[in-house]
Amino acid sequence: MEVRKAMIGFELEVKDLDFFYGGSVHALKKIKLPVHKHDITALIGPSGCGKTTLLRCFNRMHDLYPGNRYEGEIIFEGTNILKKEIDLIDLRSRIGMVFQKPTPFPMSIFDNIAYGLRLKGIKKRSELSELVELALRHAALWEEVKDKLNASAYALSGGQQQRLVIARALAVEPEVLLFDEPSSSLDPISTSKIEELVVELKKEVTIIIVTHNMQQAARVSDWTGFLMLGELIEFDRTDKIFTNPSQQLTEDYITGRFG
Amino acid sequence: MTKEKIRKIESFVALSLSALAAFAGLFWLIFILGDVLIEGISALNPNLFLKDPVPPGVEGGGLRNAFVGQLLITIGATVIGVPLGVLGGTFLAEYARGRKISQFISILSDIMVSVPSIVVGTFIYAVLVKPFGHFNGWAGAIALAIIMVPVVLRTTEDMLKLVPWTLREAAFALGAPYYKVIVQVVYRGAATGIITGILLSIARVAGETAPLLFTSFNNSFFSFNMNEPIASLTVTIFQYAMGPYDSWHAQAWAAALIITVFILLLTLTGRAIIRWRYGKQ
Repeated sequence: MEVRKAMIGFELEVKDLDFFYGGSVHALKKIKLPVHKHDITALIGPSGCGKTTLLRCFNRMHDLYPGNRYEGEIIFEGTNILKKEIDLIDLRSRIGMVFQKPTPFPMSIFDNIAYGLRLKGIKKRSELSELVELALRHAALWEEVKDKLNASAYALSGGQQQRLVIARALAVEPEVLLFDEPSSSLDPISTSKIEELVVELKKEVTIIIVTHNMQQAARVSDWTGFLMLGELIEFDRTDKIFTNPSQQLTEDYITGRFG
Repeated sequence: MTKEKIRKIESFVALSLSALAAFAGLFWLIFILGDVLIEGISALNPNLFLKDPVPPGVEGGGLRNAFVGQLLITIGATVIGVPLGVLGGTFLAEYARGRKISQFISILSDIMVSVPSIVVGTFIYAVLVKPFGHFNGWAGAIALAIIMVPVVLRTTEDMLKLVPWTLREAAFALGAPYYKVIVQVVYRGAATGIITGILLSIARVAGETAPLLFTSFNNSFFSFNMNEPIASLTVTIFQYAMGPYDSWHAQAWAAALIITVFILLLTLTGRAIIRWRYGKQ
């Protein structure tokens, strides 16, 4: 049964992915990785191992900078999203991203959430209001901001800003959400709120999270991939990785022998 | 003498010299501003704004034509120069970011900022006055616009570069095309800085005389026609100050006071915006 679920449950599948920065730096080497639907996949590994680089392949963020090159495939609903002719605007509205530092736009709380909705062509105020409230509720921020939707997003605390950008990403109803160390700039209380939220969200979206905090990976994820020097050393169920890894390198890393 | 004593003497000499230099600079500044203030205020009267010049020797008259002309030329220069500067700065900071061409244009416009304004004036004279056979207001507006462009362009470029890249990435990650990222997110982040740059560039050109002398020249009559010679405060000050009549001198002082106050206000507004936006963080 486990195998069967895995077969039909792939949201994304990375096949022999190589990635080169600026045409020459070989940052990812022959990555093979399934991403299971409505599960949380964590990517861990020492600094510079390529975990963020891998994450940014899923929404083709690398295309913003000249000279970067992908080889191999990432299959998303039957299509290779690394193909040249992929519509990046459409792809990025289906695969959202939350960054390490909160990135509220210089506008009101309401307009921040409405930004992606307006990009999708939703203009009616009543519809926007409804969807903005829904997104803020999903991100567990509604109660804190419902009386100041027109205030600047910069007036919120760091943790609130991070939940705001999660709400902004959720508003456009993506199928996948990418988290790039979403709590590394936050205090412990905000961090635990973000973690609770991430776990809550997997009911609706598939989540890939990059973290350098191994406890966090163990707490929130269902699957864990361990990367080192651009290679995927091991990928398995999170409990397996953290209790009984099959690779010596993985064991050395999670027991804190390096990294 | 001990080492300590020598050090104290050195310190005292350096302090005295730099203080002296500062006071020398300040003295002339206060002297000039004070003189303009005293002479200007005594020459201020409502007719200055309400009446046009009268022939020399006749009592009364004012500089209404010059105020209106100055306003038209400055607005014309702003309408031409600001969009060019902002769009150019956007090109350098966004589309051509990191390319050789961007650095080249940046350096070129830094040089442009320090080109003597009279050179711009004579250039426009050759291009837009000589071929038409007469001075005209547009030539003045374009000459001032040329002086504005590099200032606005460089401020825009610098302000856009201050907007963190992660903010752009966040907008891209929501599926925004580049022009929407720039207009809706980046411009908003840099808005106060860009507006300040625009205000300061207007202040920079509002006091220019040399480029107007060769382009819009002067006109003793009230006129809205930018295709003909048109009066401006700065050129009027130049002509009246050089003229032989006391009434001209008085009006030149008043005009000098008004233009100084105008530029001072623009500059203070610009600085206030900077302090309000960037100071409290």
